[in-house]
Amino acid sequence: MPHTLTISQLTDKLAQGELSSREATQSCLDRIAAVDGQLNAFISHDPEDALAQADAADAALASGKSKPLLGVPIAMKDVIAVNGHPLNCASKILGDFNSPYDATVTEKLREAGAVIFGRVNMDEFAMGSSTENSAFGPARNPWNPDCIPGGSSGGSAVAVAADECIASLASDTGGSIRQPAALCGCVGLKPTYGRVSRYGLVAFASSLDQVGPLTKDVRDAATMLGVIAGEDKRDSTNVPEPVPDYIAALTGDVKGLKIGLPKEYQVEGLDPEVKAATEAAVAKLEKQGAEVKEISLPHTQYAIATYYIIATAEASTNLARFEGVRYGARVDGASPEEMNRATRGAGFGEEVKRRIILGTYVLSSGYYDAYYLRAQKVRTLIRQDFLNAFKEVDLIASPTTPTPAFKIGEKANDPLQMYLSDIFTISCNVAGLCGISIPCGFSVSGLPLGLQLLGKPFGEPDLLRAAHAYEQATEWHTKRPKIG
Amino acid sequence: MTYEAVIGLETHVQLRTRTKMWCGCANEYGAEANTNVCPVCIGLPGVLPVPNAEALRKTALAGMLLNCDVPSYAKWDRKNYFYPDNPKNYQLTQLDFPSTIEGFVEFEFGEGIERVRINRAHLEEDVGKSTHFSDYSGVDFNRAGVPLLEIVTEPDLTDADMAYDYLNALKAILEYGGVSDCNMEKGQVRCDVNISVRPIGQTELGEKVEIKNMNSFSGVRRAASYEIERQIGVLREGGTLVQETRRWDDAVGITESMRTKEDAHDYRYFPDPDLMPHTPSEEWIAEVRASVMELPLARKQRLMADYQLPASDAEVFVGDAALGDYFEVAAKGAKNPKAVANWVMNNLQAKLTETGGSTADLKFESSAIGELVRLVEDSKINSRIAQDVFSEMFESGKAPAVIVEEKGLSQVSDSAELEAFCNEAIEANPGPAQDFRNGKETALNFLKGQVMKASCGKANPQMVGELLKKILGS
Repeated sequence: MPHTLTISQLTDKLAQGELSSREATQSCLDRIAAVDGQLNAFISHDPEDALAQADAADAALASGKSKPLLGVPIAMKDVIAVNGHPLNCASKILGDFNSPYDATVTEKLREAGAVIFGRVNMDEFAMGSSTENSAFGPARNPWNPDCIPGGSSGGSAVAVAADECIASLASDTGGSIRQPAALCGCVGLKPTYGRVSRYGLVAFASSLDQVGPLTKDVRDAATMLGVIAGEDKRDSTNVPEPVPDYIAALTGDVKGLKIGLPKEYQVEGLDPEVKAATEAAVAKLEKQGAEVKEISLPHTQYAIATYYIIATAEASTNLARFEGVRYGARVDGASPEEMNRATRGAGFGEEVKRRIILGTYVLSSGYYDAYYLRAQKVRTLIRQDFLNAFKEVDLIASPTTPTPAFKIGEKANDPLQMYLSDIFTISCNVAGLCGISIPCGFSVSGLPLGLQLLGKPFGEPDLLRAAHAYEQATEWHTKRPKIG
Repeated sequence: MTYEAVIGLETHVQLRTRTKMWCGCANEYGAEANTNVCPVCIGLPGVLPVPNAEALRKTALAGMLLNCDVPSYAKWDRKNYFYPDNPKNYQLTQLDFPSTIEGFVEFEFGEGIERVRINRAHLEEDVGKSTHFSDYSGVDFNRAGVPLLEIVTEPDLTDADMAYDYLNALKAILEYGGVSDCNMEKGQVRCDVNISVRPIGQTELGEKVEIKNMNSFSGVRRAASYEIERQIGVLREGGTLVQETRRWDDAVGITESMRTKEDAHDYRYFPDPDLMPHTPSEEWIAEVRASVMELPLARKQRLMADYQLPASDAEVFVGDAALGDYFEVAAKGAKNPKAVANWVMNNLQAKLTETGGSTADLKFESSAIGELVRLVEDSKINSRIAQDVFSEMFESGKAPAVIVEEKGLSQVSDSAELEAFCNEAIEANPGPAQDFRNGKETALNFLKGQVMKASCGKANPQMVGELLKKILGS
């Protein structure tokens, strides 16, 4: 069953000729045919194109080529541009739009030999925490199809957790990779802001967005990051920091690593099972030789408000380009203004409209200073909190989510409750740090739980080292949902 | 009561760069619609802007030419508004930290020199161009993302003619700096005018009216002139003015209200999160400053002072900078620079026009015209012969002295030789000779002409005149 393999397992088998990329790709396609009707992880996929790429990879393998992802089927979140593939952002507004260009991360995956296939489901324009806000219907949690898979990269997490692909690429603006990874029981890595190019990632909130992988284990996350990280002159916010060997960081040893536990993260509404699993995970790391100490992040309580002002402000103008003039779906009107109104009214979903309105409001003349400018100042304070903490510790540990996956529809009418479910993941983006979520247990009802580790800017090697060491000592990541 | 006008101008100028502001598309006018476009400049989902280094440099240079400061920190802001020609539905511009600030422009107005303060010259991006057809509209995005410099004056202008002269001076400066071609027909210069009026003596400003839609400098002058009269008229009749935006109707020659302050746009400016601030180093600023050239007015004043040229000649050399540069080289060390100027402006320019060449194509040394002038001044050749020498120089590139030598064109100033020519002429033309003796002065010119002819033009005309008089008078 090649679709259940990790990247490292698959590349080994491909290199040894035990398996072809065509077989691995076909296996994923068969798996999609078998389970995706129930899970709805894929918005669309093109089997012929995928198999053609697989055949090209097999030819390269046969000629002795070796590349980090040669022949590995990888699914793409529907916000990342792939030349010739649909780009919908899980919205109606893009109509039948196909991207005429590759994102930088797509180019990098191609150079690494990946078989890039499928557009995976998400909350529309990456706005949400449950993948319920998709114009293509909600994705479902493979551990319990009545539950949400998390979001916004729900489809990416489901596709990985349900073995519909070997790994997937997604984006994280406030937890959109880590939260669904936790709720679906896979590994989700959000790199440091500026580590990975954003060129070709459809912007939700430009100063918070970052592309990252969802994978079946930590080694695969390290492999994926090594491929997608690096300088890109097309993204001015990209940082020309050298890319270290992330695989080399996976020593299995955490001796001397200092891990901080923020006292402000003992929040109300933290599920006891989640709390217990996190504590057990931290105890395990301590037993492996890490030092654990309490730290303080005094501005934590302002993180969600800060985030929702900055993210919605940026989103309100980032999404202004979707009005049907140059591409996408169009609803005609008697004037350009009416056309805009009709197109956007019909094309955007409720949550997207809510955030555009919020963002428009906070940037409005007379409110700018009180909201946007103030939020930027608080953002600096939040970042400072973390930089101070990182003088004492190497990593910060917390639950990824306050609860396991909730039921589909449970919070759909309570946006504020939904926003609060991002409490542990949001600060990482606000402060521009790196973070990872790894499986750390299950609830009594059988739903996966995630441990989040946060690292300093460009501290991915330490982050991956600790996550990998923990993974080596546990078996949570080997568990697979029973579907169908 | 007498009123005065207070005018400020906002001038948009397209920068002359190889590529657009944020992408590698050509910055080129006149291409077929939507051929100079890419994912970035039509705002496809996922694209990001990358600043054009040449545009940043030309902006700083423009600022320096306008005597502005170039701060060490500038940033980009999004100006949000929906319009079909605006691909992202926000325009990237510089709101509160522009690339250049606080300068001035000096220009000739009437008999004197006026100074208008420049508030800022900032960089932004142009939008596409809408065309309205009978039942639909089209947008050409070739222009979208072309770098655009906005030059904002303080309200220092006081009448329509002054605004007109300022604009021409600004255009000359930007053309001089190679910052912009300032071609009006190609829409490379666009201008908005802010006008208010107030009773003379009053210090606070009246209600400001912004006028849009002028497509030429003379349009600006007419619109400003109309608007000043209109505003004064309203006040004279006891009416009140409101802050508003008005549209100039060039065909009718009037301004009409477009919108008042109440329905002004809220552009929701905020810093663009896709771009880092521009923080030029001192070295970079110094490097740009090293390329600052002399401004047109300063050059005119210097040409007049250093070469004793009349204003009209200096203006010719300012208007055609290449010709002016050529003149300055040619006139180096010349005793009579005005004579050199005449050769350059008349003979040289005529030849260049005739051949369609430029000063760069000239075969002869730049010092040759000065030498030619000196040959005439030193009576080595006369000015008639000098014309022939110049033609020969133009053809062959040989030095004037060489041509004179080779062709034996040296002026004959030997009295004995000339006397022989004179006697021959008198003998051959007894009639005119007698006429002169009888007091008809003009008869001498005829005889002089005969001598010149006989000497193949080489005779020293002054000496011939004197000799003829002497012979006929004795």
